[in-house]
Amino acid sequence: MIPYSKKVLQHFNKPHNYGKMKNHDAVGEVGNLVCGDVMKLYIKVGKNAKKQEIIKDIKFETYGCLSAIASSSMLTDLVKGKTLEQAMNFDRQEIVQELGGLPAIKIHCSVLAGDALLEAIYDYLSKNKKPIPEKLAKRHQQLQKDKVSAN
Amino acid sequence: MKQVYLDYAATTPQSIEVAKAMKPYSGKFYGNASSLHQFGQRAHEAVEMSRQNIAKFFNCFAAEVFFTGSATEADNLAILGVIKNSKYHVVTSIIEHPAVLEPIKHLEKLGEIEATYLSVDKNGLITPEQVEKAIRPNTVLISIMYANNEIGVIQPIAEIGKTIKAVNQKIIFHTDAVQAANYLDCDVQKLGVDLLTLSGHKIYGPKGVGALYVKKGVAIEPIMFGGHQEQGLRPGTENVAAIAGLGEAIEQIKNEKRKMKNLEKLRDRLADGILKNIPKTSLNGSRDHRLPNNANISFAGVEGESILMALDQKGIAVSTGSACASGSLEPSHVLMALGLSHQQAHGSIRFSLGKYTTQEEINYTLKVLPDIIKRLRAISPLK
Repeated sequence: MIPYSKKVLQHFNKPHNYGKMKNHDAVGEVGNLVCGDVMKLYIKVGKNAKKQEIIKDIKFETYGCLSAIASSSMLTDLVKGKTLEQAMNFDRQEIVQELGGLPAIKIHCSVLAGDALLEAIYDYLSKNKKPIPEKLAKRHQQLQKDKVSAN
Repeated sequence: MKQVYLDYAATTPQSIEVAKAMKPYSGKFYGNASSLHQFGQRAHEAVEMSRQNIAKFFNCFAAEVFFTGSATEADNLAILGVIKNSKYHVVTSIIEHPAVLEPIKHLEKLGEIEATYLSVDKNGLITPEQVEKAIRPNTVLISIMYANNEIGVIQPIAEIGKTIKAVNQKIIFHTDAVQAANYLDCDVQKLGVDLLTLSGHKIYGPKGVGALYVKKGVAIEPIMFGGHQEQGLRPGTENVAAIAGLGEAIEQIKNEKRKMKNLEKLRDRLADGILKNIPKTSLNGSRDHRLPNNANISFAGVEGESILMALDQKGIAVSTGSACASGSLEPSHVLMALGLSHQQAHGSIRFSLGKYTTQEEINYTLKVLPDIIKRLRAISPLK
């Protein structure tokens, strides 16, 4: 069996910030049932003292393996309170590092979590008719395309 | 922490009797079974005694039993060894073990054969009629497993054997009996098979040893070269200790068969306990035509590897048909063949019991499992 770090097991056994969020501002959903991974990320956007938009609250729902659940949980810890700007440029490598590593074939779980965050931010920006950075729009298009081809 | 092993279909612990039978040949009697001196003859005797035990079990001649390094090797020898002509046609099923499917696909890719893959019904069963319909004038080999490794479903091998021979005596009929050997009649005369595969480590014997029954007169050629051992069909110095262990494991099966009802009761207690107490669960594969030790269950809304890992942390060892666990993107080909959805296949757990499984272990599993499923469902977006 693949050896998992203590941190991965902790986040799997007692994940942080899971469940549906009532009154969420936006939601990002990635993955598909064919591959056996579905992630849903809810965000509530607020403002910090500098009037910048921040992720005030975040929750996830994940159908997937241990690594997918642990990655989702770690992601919510890492980006809670960050500005949208920071969250958009969040380096998903951080998830793997903070989890104390993931087996090579499970790295895609952290990628999926990062994409769920981008999709949630995209959803928020487009719902509120705010400008969407080109990089974010491109990734969104790619993910939508992947969704279609998987279904 | 409690340790509960419910993965006997993956491998079985070695029995005390087997370990005892092997010990002298791992130590004192280290001779090469091919040597003429006394050291060699001691080893040779052990190999031949084991062969006789297995021959009795198969109801065949000792000269029809060939030792291999594994059941995978025996399956490969059965398929690659009888295929020598590019005009050949092979029939198999889509739920076979990869040790059968992959060599057939390999030959197909090389353009050396044409193959027909029989589908199964929602219970995982193949009918003799299906096999009959698939036979062509150039069909030389038919390989259908006795009992499936994932869902434990038992195929009507004797009926299929009769059907094949009624169409064409010359067609070679192979069955992989790796999972069946512990529980089902492996009399090759009754089954009507020409080739039959056996594994050591699924029957409380050692790993790294298997056997192939080859009916006298069946045209089969070696797939490896470099020695006269096993009548030249499987060259290489015999793994004497493992072969002695396999012979003893076969001997022990006879004593165990009486306890099968007990095992079935434990399995039913587990399966019914899960199906009754945990909502949105379903048994995969036929309930009636099934090995007494297997329960393969799908849990809606949860992914199998996460169930496996959560159970592992409670000391319970099981398997899953989920893609995540195998490192591939596709879930179990066996479960998909039953017509299950991706979600059902990804959410499957195989519980396989064995002769050391106790009621207490089953009770413990039934106690911890509902909370695990509840917890994972609370995290899941699929309600």
